Amino acid sequence: MSVIDMALRAAPAQPRVVLAVRNLESYYGPIMAIRGVSLEVREGQIVSVLGANGAGKTTLLKTISGVMDPEKGQILHGGENIAGANPDKVVRAGIVHVPEGREVFPLLTVEENLKMGAFTRSDAEGIRRDEEMVFSYFPILAERRRQAAGTLSGGQQQMLAIGRGLMAKPKLMLLDEPSLGLSPLLVKEIFQIIRRLNREQGVTMMLVEQNAKVALEVADYGYVMELGRIVMADAADRLLQSKDVQEFYLGVQEEIQRGQKRWKQKKTWR
Amino acid sequence: MDVLQLIVSGLANGCVYGLIAMGFVLIYKATEAVNFAQGDFMMLGAFICLGLTNPEFMGLPFWISVPIAIAIMGAFGYALDLVVLRRMFGQSQVAIVILTIALGFVLRFVAGLIWGHQPISLQSPMAGRDIRLGGLVLGLDEVVVILVTVILTVVLYFYFNRTKLGVAMQASSQNQLAAYYMGIPVKRIHSLIWALAGMVAAVAGILFASKGSIDPSIGLLGIKAFAAAVIGGFGSLPGALLGGVIVGLIEPFASRYIAAGYSQIMPYLLLFLILVFRPHGILAQIHQKKV
Repeated sequence: MSVIDMALRAAPAQPRVVLAVRNLESYYGPIMAIRGVSLEVREGQIVSVLGANGAGKTTLLKTISGVMDPEKGQILHGGENIAGANPDKVVRAGIVHVPEGREVFPLLTVEENLKMGAFTRSDAEGIRRDEEMVFSYFPILAERRRQAAGTLSGGQQQMLAIGRGLMAKPKLMLLDEPSLGLSPLLVKEIFQIIRRLNREQGVTMMLVEQNAKVALEVADYGYVMELGRIVMADAADRLLQSKDVQEFYLGVQEEIQRGQKRWKQKKTWR
Repeated sequence: MDVLQLIVSGLANGCVYGLIAMGFVLIYKATEAVNFAQGDFMMLGAFICLGLTNPEFMGLPFWISVPIAIAIMGAFGYALDLVVLRRMFGQSQVAIVILTIALGFVLRFVAGLIWGHQPISLQSPMAGRDIRLGGLVLGLDEVVVILVTVILTVVLYFYFNRTKLGVAMQASSQNQLAAYYMGIPVKRIHSLIWALAGMVAAVAGILFASKGSIDPSIGLLGIKAFAAAVIGGFGSLPGALLGGVIVGLIEPFASRYIAAGYSQIMPYLLLFLILVFRPHGILAQIHQKKV
């Protein structure tokens, strides 16, 4: 029985599944970066995927958004298998990827960056309304709307990247390391906004994070990835309580070290 | 009055250089490859227009063959990217550069086969007419070259800054990966940029041909235009035009005030000085990515 089956059995009558990944395998050059990942994202939830550097989190998101093609497996969205589809088709289907490290268009203005987020849309009225919506969540962007994005601070660029993603009117947003390189205060602010966007705009979020604590606090459900596999899956609050997650991802030191030196301990899921 | 005429004819030449240089910059910004066949694109555009217009070939009216020639060069650029360059995606830039050099040779010989290697004149309605402003006599062809370049520059400016596709072209040249993430079809945008470069080259070629006779080797003008692009700041469209105009102006003045032989050296001497003292060019677009 897989971790997912266990999870499903534990929690019946949940919102419907908007994204189901089944046995996904992806190669990064010759390296198999994802080794048979299965997971589900349910409507209106925030799902966090945790894991160390090189666990395959980013590859997973890139494969879902179509920037990378999987070797095997399925990505089901709205009754369709979108595995291997081009990014523009995935964006049109309502899944938008906010990449790691912001990746704004540095010489375009804030406004132009937002317009590019809406590239796949042609409803001028809706685009204008969504721009106002983005500005209401990130007032600083409204102040700087005519400024080149490359001149913004790191935190503002992260806000712009999220705002640009929202302009595509996504049903599901894939967020890659939104906390990367930001001060703790800014991390808190960004995650508060992510939560508000989820609640108020109904955007389902799948976020990938090394910062396990913030990621689990904001999430409904969590997955832990290691070496390209999902090794744990549970409700976020239960993961927060889990001894393994506490030790290896939250850095909580226990008083009694199970009678062993810390570095000798084995993770129980291996 | 002499000086003014020198300036006008220098500007007219410079506009042609500038337009070829803009073709270089367009492709470089979008795909990070340098198209050394850009000068030969210009030559091909000129010859297609000539082939359509001149009575010994097809004999169409000039004003009909101009848009056809521009459209053909646009289609040629698009097809070149679609059929050849897209397959080289991921190869090193050197491979693409060498491919474009080879393409330049091929185009030169194909043009020679079709239209011959002897200089021919385009039968344009501008040829040989003058404009008199007071005591000043200006060639109509030169004035038209300058006007068309100004108009084309304004059109391109609005295209890149006001239209969705134009901004998307800028976006994908600044951050290709992010453009992918936003659902911008980057590959099609690359093809469209090649089409645009082909069309700009056709305009440059037709303008050049309307100033004098052409033969298949005029594509080598591309080297001078490349120098102009570097002088202006490779990667900046206004810089390319500025570089072209500077080179165009230097030539007649050098041959007039220094010695005739020096006019061909001066652009490269300037290139040399620019590379030493301002390596990114006059209008450099430098930005650093924040971590």
